Amino acid sequence: MSETTGVEMRIIPDRLRSRLQRAMRSWEVLLVAVAVGVFTFNSLASPFFLDAWNLSDATFNFTEKAMIAFAMALLIIAGEIDLSVASIIALASTAMGAAVQLGFDTPALLLIGLGTGLLCGAFNGFLVTGLGLPSIVVTIGTLSLFRGIAYMVLGDQSYGGYPSSFAWFGQGYVWWVITVEMVIFAICAVVFWIVLHFTQFGRTVYAIGNNPTAALFSGIRVARVKFTLFLLTGLMSGLAAVCLTSRLASTRPSIALGWELEVVTMVVLGGVSILGGSGTIPGVVLAAIIMGMVTFGLGLLNVPGIVMSIFVGLLLISVIAIPRLLGLVKVRLT
Amino acid sequence: MSTVAQKMAARPATPPGGVDARPVLSLRGIDKQFPGVKALSGVDLDLYPGEVTALVGENGAGKSTIVKVLTGIYKPDAGTVSMHDQPLHLTSAQDAVKAGIAAIHQETVLFDELTVAENVFIGHAPRNRFGAIDHEAMRRDAAAILKRIGADINPAVRLADLGIASRHLVAIARALSAEASVVVLDEPTAALSAHEIEEVYALVERLKEDGKAILFISHKFDEIFRIADRWTVFRDGELVGAGRIDGVSEDDLVRLMVGRHVGQVFPERKSTPGAEVLAVKQYAHPTEFDAINFTLRTGEILGFYGLVGAGRSEVMQALFGVTKPSSGEVLLDGKPKTIKSPADAIEAGIVYVPEDRGRQGAVLGLPIVDNVALPSLGALSRGGFVKMAEEYALARTYTQRLDLRAAALDQDIGELSGGNQQKVVIAKWLATKPRVIILDEPTKGIDIGSKAAVHDFMAELAAEGLAVIMVSSEIPEVLGMSDRVIVMREGLIVAELSGDDLTPERLVREAAGYGEAA
Repeated sequence: MSETTGVEMRIIPDRLRSRLQRAMRSWEVLLVAVAVGVFTFNSLASPFFLDAWNLSDATFNFTEKAMIAFAMALLIIAGEIDLSVASIIALASTAMGAAVQLGFDTPALLLIGLGTGLLCGAFNGFLVTGLGLPSIVVTIGTLSLFRGIAYMVLGDQSYGGYPSSFAWFGQGYVWWVITVEMVIFAICAVVFWIVLHFTQFGRTVYAIGNNPTAALFSGIRVARVKFTLFLLTGLMSGLAAVCLTSRLASTRPSIALGWELEVVTMVVLGGVSILGGSGTIPGVVLAAIIMGMVTFGLGLLNVPGIVMSIFVGLLLISVIAIPRLLGLVKVRLT
Repeated sequence: MSTVAQKMAARPATPPGGVDARPVLSLRGIDKQFPGVKALSGVDLDLYPGEVTALVGENGAGKSTIVKVLTGIYKPDAGTVSMHDQPLHLTSAQDAVKAGIAAIHQETVLFDELTVAENVFIGHAPRNRFGAIDHEAMRRDAAAILKRIGADINPAVRLADLGIASRHLVAIARALSAEASVVVLDEPTAALSAHEIEEVYALVERLKEDGKAILFISHKFDEIFRIADRWTVFRDGELVGAGRIDGVSEDDLVRLMVGRHVGQVFPERKSTPGAEVLAVKQYAHPTEFDAINFTLRTGEILGFYGLVGAGRSEVMQALFGVTKPSSGEVLLDGKPKTIKSPADAIEAGIVYVPEDRGRQGAVLGLPIVDNVALPSLGALSRGGFVKMAEEYALARTYTQRLDLRAAALDQDIGELSGGNQQKVVIAKWLATKPRVIILDEPTKGIDIGSKAAVHDFMAELAAEGLAVIMVSSEIPEVLGMSDRVIVMREGLIVAELSGDDLTPERLVREAAGYGEAA
């Protein structure tokens, strides 16, 4: 780059590197490479992988979790976390199941599922922003609380008998192999991408995550933004509960057990800093697809579930550690 | 092995105030250079056993630098430190402790979750024969030391359960546990109540009786004349005078402290204050300030001077909506305004450049452009969507006005120097087109070049009709920039000075509360 070093008037360029150059060095490019690698490996390892219907089935491994992961990404970027998301699913699903027994139909069930999610999110948000409690402790508490209520209501029973129209969310197809959940996933991805990267709200999320005090001192209503993010996470958990309950057509209190960790893994694998302040939605989308394909590929190879969780753990650690290790090597050489 | 307490008890007491005593610690020709600043040049200092030497000087005179040299945190560029005529090489804080130099800072680093005894003996706890910490002996020794300094503190309680004065005593006990012969007290009474201050004086007396050589740093003249035996004045990193306290008057010290300053040129200003913008009436806070009344006019620079802890920043942060006042009224253009958050303040046209730039001012980790745009996002957005081209245009305009030095607007603000970070923080506020701008220690910790740029810019803003409040602890800056100066002490406004009353001597006297009783 040639620049005239004028003394008279100092012009600061807008960007040091073009947006393309910047994108090429990003975490997302690494994730694309990993995704291609996993895809290639899977298609070589199993003859059943490259089948449109199998691939379509595989998306269920990540679509519901990813819906929560988008909201969780915003929450983690803002420096908070919600570990109660899987328990919100359990509670929302239980509420819908109970409503079915009372004779409610699909539109009401949808509202009850989303509404329960919102209420749970509001409760978390109030404890964190209203009372100033640390979110990790609050949501570990509500993790027990919400699922505890589900267990109290259901015991070892389960709810079933969902109306057939309710099956549309988790079992329906829009066209050919394209499921309803895929469409919901895609819409959520685009909406969250726009919200985080192009709106005033998204800017404030990044500012809060990098320095909540300076954000407050810059006139941002920090508590209000954080409360909104908890609401949003609750709402997305409610949406995931609708999809999952619809797909399983039944509710047990152990539904979605342990999902909070998979959601957080997805977000971190997607390049969101667990310390807050940075991360992107495209990264989370890629991470969701990678995790879904890895789980599906291993399933095709008849690898048992426990080994799968080992694999996902190793994937997370290595994707995060490798650049750090390479970075260290570079530092030592120079 | 005998315990520390026994050793202390066994030592013969040195007669207090031995006039002919030789110095315990001598510093000769100490130089210390920082990038762009000569913090100390050719400084000498002697500390005598059983005597208190008061070190006075304005902010930036080099007091804290010399403390850091004494405690091994800074290595001087030139000069010698010697103890009992033996040269000392202090390359770490550990060395200083080993040499018997103990320092108690304004905000001493102690450990809240440990017990008092553990705090006293941290790093050199007594061991039992298995090499593990001997808690029994540690508690016993700590109790003996605490008793010796007259502190009624149970060594088994957690430090977090103690008040600030008791913590000071623990810090002092810790200094003594390491068998110090030199004790440095850096403004030990700055944050204490009158009763607690008496305890500190009593303690200093006891340390004197023990034969310790004490360096006492203070801004308060009454206490200097009460407890010091000797005085030393620093100004602009140089020693300007030293002697015995009975041969000097308060006026002499003030004159030496303020002297004639070198090297700083302030912009020529022709001040033409216009209409009244801001009026603050009977503003009060439960603990920090009370009965604050002042007005501010357009085109005016109003200085706020006072010692650290006088409540100036607290008043400003209340005006900006960060802290809540308990009573009082804020009038903007004659109309009452309720400001409950910084967002409200910004809407009302009041903005605040904080003293703590790294924590409250700049959002480190975000690009320059985002930092500048942050408070203006509402104006830069349509339907919630940020118009990026306008965002960059805004950042470009205001960073150019402030002559920012940066590689690109999308550079992380954390990569800039302190002075340039400050320019970004000021730029972000100017972009909101405020009516009142409050600058809290605007040039603290920034290089001379950026300092001049900030000063020029403040003058420019006032000339354009902005109302400026500048909180500053630097006398030359206060005198060079302000049209009027309000002096605060202990949460109250004690003087409003302008014109011929605005002299360095007056500022120092009002801020320190000396001359009031007379």
